Amino acid sequence: MPAEPDHDDHDGHDHGGHGHGHVHPVNFDPTAAEPDPFDAAPEGGRACRIGIGGPVGSGKTALTAALCRTLGEELNLAVVTNDIYTTEDADYLRKAGVLDPSRIEAVQTGACPHTAIRDDITANLDAVDELEERFPGLDLVIIESGGDNLTAVFSRGLVDSQVFVVDVAGGDKVPRKGGPGVTTADLLVINKIDIAHLVGADMDVMTSDAHRMRGELPVITQSLVDTPGAPAVSDWVRSLLPITTA
Amino acid sequence: MSMTDSTEPVPVRSGAVSLILADSRFPGGGHVHSGGLEEAVERGLIHGTADLRPFLAGRLRATGELTAVFAAAAAHAAARGVTRRHWAVLDSEFDARTPSAAQREASRAQGRGTARAASAGWPSPVLRELLAETPRPHHPVILGVITGMSGGRPVDAASTAAYLAVSGPASAAVRLLGLDPLAVNGIVANLSRALDDVAGRAAAVAGDDPRDLPAPGAPALDLLAEAQLRHHKEEVRLFAS
Repeated sequence: MPAEPDHDDHDGHDHGGHGHGHVHPVNFDPTAAEPDPFDAAPEGGRACRIGIGGPVGSGKTALTAALCRTLGEELNLAVVTNDIYTTEDADYLRKAGVLDPSRIEAVQTGACPHTAIRDDITANLDAVDELEERFPGLDLVIIESGGDNLTAVFSRGLVDSQVFVVDVAGGDKVPRKGGPGVTTADLLVINKIDIAHLVGADMDVMTSDAHRMRGELPVITQSLVDTPGAPAVSDWVRSLLPITTA
Repeated sequence: MSMTDSTEPVPVRSGAVSLILADSRFPGGGHVHSGGLEEAVERGLIHGTADLRPFLAGRLRATGELTAVFAAAAAHAAARGVTRRHWAVLDSEFDARTPSAAQREASRAQGRGTARAASAGWPSPVLRELLAETPRPHHPVILGVITGMSGGRPVDAASTAAYLAVSGPASAAVRLLGLDPLAVNGIVANLSRALDDVAGRAAAVAGDDPRDLPAPGAPALDLLAEAQLRHHKEEVRLFAS
């Protein structure tokens, strides 16, 4: 191939363009063994990853912001957002001032928010890796999904535990409808209970349906207007830390 | 040109590997890339299946041809056995043929995702050597390495890469424009012959020195990739590329 102006080194001893900027020493001996130039993966103690999912408008971002506000002082934490409009949630969180903007990564989901958290978690794993490299010793990474339907759950390859958020305005039949989000999430949050009376939602129906659908799995009802710090969910998160997996 | 596909002894093929790599369900991060299609749609260049057809044909002849060449070369190298340094050379030669930084990043992001999946699915010394040399390899390079180390031929790797160069944007078009998926599948199916031709040409040079490999390109796709990245930072984009 003819000479290329941006690439005058074909032997690869300074191929800074290939993404990690290290320089190889010149060595023309094809049998020479070189030490691995890359740092070993950090030992044990990785961050706990919690997924927050649920339908559009149920309050996932508000809950994420509340957790950042409450837990940010005591934990080394970071956030990955998957809003379908790419930077919408990240901008909200940055403007809310609850977390250093460099601790928030936004990923693009290719118009398929459930795919990005369940079937092909690559973009989210990349974002988590990026944050863990940037902030060694992270205790907690919160991964907020884009708003999706009742069947959307996080892959266990991406998160250790997951929260599914529904709200009273979505209708008090939502818990009864079930779906993997409602029935299998490690925690179900019924949000915006302060407006239940305005939208005609029967809280007794919602909570009893939720418990019936979920068996022993916990349900928390909350209003971020009445309790902006999401104290019950924060306590649940604290109970997960630190993770003990290898 | 050294060995070509036709002069090689027929290796034991692991056909499922090519199917897995080309499957849109493969968890390598491909679904968040549109290959410039989202930007083309935003600019009003593509409205329907009639516009999609030439876009995909053009992308096959540019990106598809280049990625097929490097996938075939990597498969050939993995099968014949090369020094670790070879992977850095191949990787940087792909850099040199990809003028858009946004496209280089999109390729490395998918290469990294594929590497993660491959490390879990097909752990092997060749793969470890590649990733030790270049932890975020270009997408076609790792596609070729996985194919080659699994007993697949260069032409198989080339086919996979060329197919992914059109199947990704085709799927993105269905999602972004709500096109009839049957019609879009028909467009991709009609590219079969062209796909075979691209793969055949790539396999024919698979054993060449990386510096001598062809360098097809499409300036319009380079510009769309750069514009996509800029708009993503300024406003709303659903795809990473």
